[in-house]
This record gives sequence, structure tokens and C-alpha cells, in this order.
Amino acid sequence: MIRIQAEDFDVGAEMAAMNGDGDVGALASFVGLVRGGKGDAKIAAMTLEHYPGMTEKKLAEIEAEARTRWPLEDCLIIHRFGRLEPGERIVMVITASSHRQAALEACAFLIDWLKTSAPFWKLEERSGGEEWVEARASDDQAAEKWAANK
Amino acid sequence: MKLLYFAWLKQKIGIAEEDITLPDDVATLGALVTWLKSRGPGYEEALGDLAVVRFAVNQDFAGLDHPLSDSDEVALFPPVTGG
Repeated sequence: MIRIQAEDFDVGAEMAAMNGDGDVGALASFVGLVRGGKGDAKIAAMTLEHYPGMTEKKLAEIEAEARTRWPLEDCLIIHRFGRLEPGERIVMVITASSHRQAALEACAFLIDWLKTSAPFWKLEERSGGEEWVEARASDDQAAEKWAANK
Repeated sequence: MKLLYFAWLKQKIGIAEEDITLPDDVATLGALVTWLKSRGPGYEEALGDLAVVRFAVNQDFAGLDHPLSDSDEVALFPPVTGG
């Protein structure tokens, strides 16, 4: 399931809702937060912009790909947009499977792929002004690792 | 054709979206970029370094050789930074 929303989410409630229909023996999760940074890197807030329509399409494709690679009982991706302050939650991925390996691997795959293929952009607010976050080569490498391991 | 701009491309071009009539001699994304750059300094600045621009046609990532038709939705944006 995919949810794109401005509002926050309840991590515990989302995890508790992923009990499936009895075959779930493992839940794995990832939660991404706005990193406040230190010193000169300190940010006041971050605004996430996205491409409505394409975002849902790409996240649904990523979820479908994870389900073909691992035997998942359930899967949830929540991604927020709008202005968020340090410490606020940005993204959550939960995967549910019978055994831990599928859940853990699929969760790592989903967050790695989401970072490079879902159309979101981050604008950071600092005391000196605003700046768009640049894509990192390490994120591309993390996603490519899964392509190589298909 | 519907054109969409995101993040700093939107800021440099100055608008989030526009409807254009695709010129007859613009058949690919690459040709569209060349045509857009001739439309003003904002476009020229936004599209000056294509290494930092990504494209989507009908909400799928596409390369500069991707063919276009007037009914397509084309988006131009920086490399994504979600997650």
C-alpha cells in the first residue's frame, strides 16, 4: 500500500496494523527523519516537493517489484510532503513476511529504490537562505546494488 | 502538450506548468529542450547543464531521444532527493 500525505503518521499504530492474516512472522521497518544537522550545516526546516501522479505511480511500481522479488505478506510505504522541521518523520517503510530475511531485505530494497526513483525534492532552510538538496552518488550506488543482485 | 517544472527548474523558469503547442519540427525530448532554451533567459539558465536535469514523459523517466506527441505530459526536474 502507498500513502503520500502532508500529515504525520503513528509508527506504532502502523506497525500494529500489519499483522496480516496469520502468516506474518516478521515485520521490518524503516523510518526516515529530518536531520537537523550541526554547526554550519544546521537547518531550520526542509520542504518536500513532489510530482503528484508520478509519485504514486513510481511508488506502486517499486512496491510491485519488491513483491515479485520477495514473498511479502504485506507492504506499506508512507511518504510525507510539505514543510517539515528537524526530528519530524518523512518516510516509513514496513514489510511483512513469514520469515525475517524477506522482510529485512525487501525493506532495505524499498528505501534504496525510493530514494532514486520517486519524484521528491528537498529544499533546506538555513539561516543563510534556502538551498535544494543535491542527489548523492552513494544513493545511486545503493539502488544499483539491487539491480545487480536481481 | 502539458509541461511541468519542479524544484529549482520551476524557480528558474518562473512557472510550475504551462500548456504549449508542440512545434511540427520538435519530435523528441532533446529537440524540445533545444526549443525551450530559445524561449527566454530563464529557460536557458534552467536547461544550461543537462547533467543535472531529469525528464519524465507521461510520468515515466525518459531520455533525450524519447519521441514526443502533442498529447504527452512532459516534466523537467533535478535528480530526485526523496526518502
